[in-house]
Amino acid sequence: MSDAIKQATLEYVIRLGDDSVVLGHRISEWVSYGPFLEEDIAYGNVALDYIGRARLYYSYAAELADDGRTEDDFPYMRSDREYRNLLLMEMPRGDFAYSQVRQLFADAYAAVMLPELVKSKDETIAAVAAKAIKETKYHLRRSRDWVLRLGDGTEESHKRTQKAVDQLWGYTHELFDMDETEQLLADNGIGVDVSKLRDAWHAMVSEILTTATLTVPDDSWAVRGGRTGYHTENLGHMLTEMQIVHRSHPGCQW
Amino acid sequence: MTSQEDNFMRKIEADEKIEPKDWMPEAYRKNLIRQMSQHAHSEVIGMQPEGNWITRAPSLRRKVVLLSKVQDEAGHGLYLYSATETLGITRAELIAALQSGEAKYASIFNYPTLTWGDVGAIGWLVDGAAIVNQVSLQRTSYGPYSRGMIRICKEESFHQRQGYEALLALANGSPEQKQMAQDSLNRFYWPALMMFGPHDSESAHSAKSMEWKIKRETNDDLRQKFIDQTVPQIEVLGLEHPDKAIKWNEERGHYDSGEIDWDEFYSVINGNGHCNRQRVEHHIAAHDEGTWVRDAITAYNEKKNAKKAQNVA
Ligand SMILES: [Fe+2]
Ligand SMILES: [Fe+2]
Ligand SMILES: [Fe+2]
Repeated sequence: MSDAIKQATLEYVIRLGDDSVVLGHRISEWVSYGPFLEEDIAYGNVALDYIGRARLYYSYAAELADDGRTEDDFPYMRSDREYRNLLLMEMPRGDFAYSQVRQLFADAYAAVMLPELVKSKDETIAAVAAKAIKETKYHLRRSRDWVLRLGDGTEESHKRTQKAVDQLWGYTHELFDMDETEQLLADNGIGVDVSKLRDAWHAMVSEILTTATLTVPDDSWAVRGGRTGYHTENLGHMLTEMQIVHRSHPGCQW
Repeated sequence: MTSQEDNFMRKIEADEKIEPKDWMPEAYRKNLIRQMSQHAHSEVIGMQPEGNWITRAPSLRRKVVLLSKVQDEAGHGLYLYSATETLGITRAELIAALQSGEAKYASIFNYPTLTWGDVGAIGWLVDGAAIVNQVSLQRTSYGPYSRGMIRICKEESFHQRQGYEALLALANGSPEQKQMAQDSLNRFYWPALMMFGPHDSESAHSAKSMEWKIKRETNDDLRQKFIDQTVPQIEVLGLEHPDKAIKWNEERGHYDSGEIDWDEFYSVINGNGHCNRQRVEHHIAAHDEGTWVRDAITAYNEKKNAKKAQNVA
C-alpha cells in the first residue's frame, strides 16, 4: 500500500466508523422511550449493529494508524470538529417519525452503498461490508415498514412523518458527495464512488415514500459539511455526553 | 374441600406443575398475578437506571454490553407479561396497574444510578440477588412461571458476570476508579439485601405462597445465600465490605451479618426514594408519547384489512 493510499484508507474507515457510532448512539437514546416493549428491543438491535460496526471500523483504523491509538481513542478522544460523520446521522432523535425517516434514509443509503463497498480490494473493509449487508436487509425492512405504517396511518402520524421527510431531506445530498480522498480510493478499487448512487437511492426512497402516501420533496435546499468536520450544533452535545466518563479518567481501562 | 381443590392440592403436594387450563383457587391466581406482574414490571422499570448510562458508557465494548443487557431485560419483561397473561389478564391492564401505582416493582430501582460504577454494581449485586431468588423460583408450582425462570436465569447469570467484571476493571484501575467501585458497592449492597423482602416473620404473603409452592424458599434463607456468596466476591475485588458486622459463624456454616435498616426499606417503598416518581413518570411519558404511533399501526392495519376484504368481495 502506498503511503497516500494508506493515509486515505485510514481517513475513510474513520469516516465510516463515525457514521456508525453516531447513528448507533442516536438510536440507543430510544431505549426505554419506545412506543412499546417489542419496539424497544427491535430498535435496540439496530443500535447494536451500528455500534458493533463502528468497533470494526475503528479497530481497523487503529491497525492502520499504528501509532498506539486503540479502538476507543477514535470515538472518545476526538472533538466534534474532528468527527467526519454525515450530518444526517447526528440529527437529534426527535419524535418517533423523525427517527424512522432518518433511519430509512440511512438504511437505503447502506443498501445501495454496501454492495459496492463489499467489492473493495481492501479485505478488511470488504469483510465489514459483507457483515453489514446482512444486517441492512433487516434494518431496511424495518424502517420501510415503519414509514409505510406511519405515513399511511392516522392523520397525525402522516403529518409528523411528512414533516420529518421535509426536515431531513436537505441533509441527504451530502451522502453522495465525493472529495479527493474518496476519489483516490474509488480510483484504486478500495472505496465507493457514492456520486453514482444517488439515482438508485432516490428511486428506492421515492417508491417507499409514495407508497406511504407521502410527498417526495424537491431538492430545494442542502446542508453539507460532515466530512470536513463542519457539523450542526447537535454533535457537540452528543459527544459531551458520550465522552464524559472516558475523558474524565485519562488513560484508564474499563 | 371440593374435589377440584383436592385435586389442585394433590398436584401441589406431588410437585406437579399447575398449567393455565387447570383449575386453581382464585387466591392462587391473584397471588401469582401479583408476584409475576411485579416481576415483569421490575424488568421493565429496571431498564431505566441502567439505560441512564448507555449514552455515557466509557468504552464501545461496555456500551454494547450494557445495551444488550438492557435489551435482555426488556425481553424478560415481555416474556413475563406473556406468562402473566395466561392467568387471564391483559398486558394493557397490567401496565395500567403499574402506572396507577396499584402494582409494584422492585424497590431497588428507586435508587439513583449516579456513576458508571453503579452499572457494574447493579449487574453484579442486583442481578445477582435476582438470580438467587429466581433459581429458587425455577421450582415454582405454576408451569409458565417456572419455565420462564429457567429461561431467564441463564441470561441473568451472564449479566451478573458482566457486572462483576466491569467492577473488577474499576477495582483494578486508578485510585479514582477504585473509589468509584467502593462507592457503588456501599450504596447498592444494602438495597440488594432488601430485595429478598422483609424477614419471614414480617412477610405478608409468605406463608400462603410457601404452602402453594409459589415460593420455594423463605426470604431469610435466600438472603443468607446471597450474603454468603458475596463475601468472597468482595474480597477478590479488594474492596471493603459495607457490613462491618460480617463474620463467619462456624457453627451455622454461614456468615453472621448486621441488621438491615428496615426503616429505609419501608421509607423507599412508600415513596421516599430518589426515583419513585421519576421511574413511573418516565414510563407514563414514554407510553403516552407512543400513543399516536400505536394508533397509526391500528389505522394502517384496518386500512389494509378493509382493502383485502374489498378485493375478496
Ligand atoms: Fe430479573
Ligand atoms: Fe432480567
Ligand atoms: Fe438481568
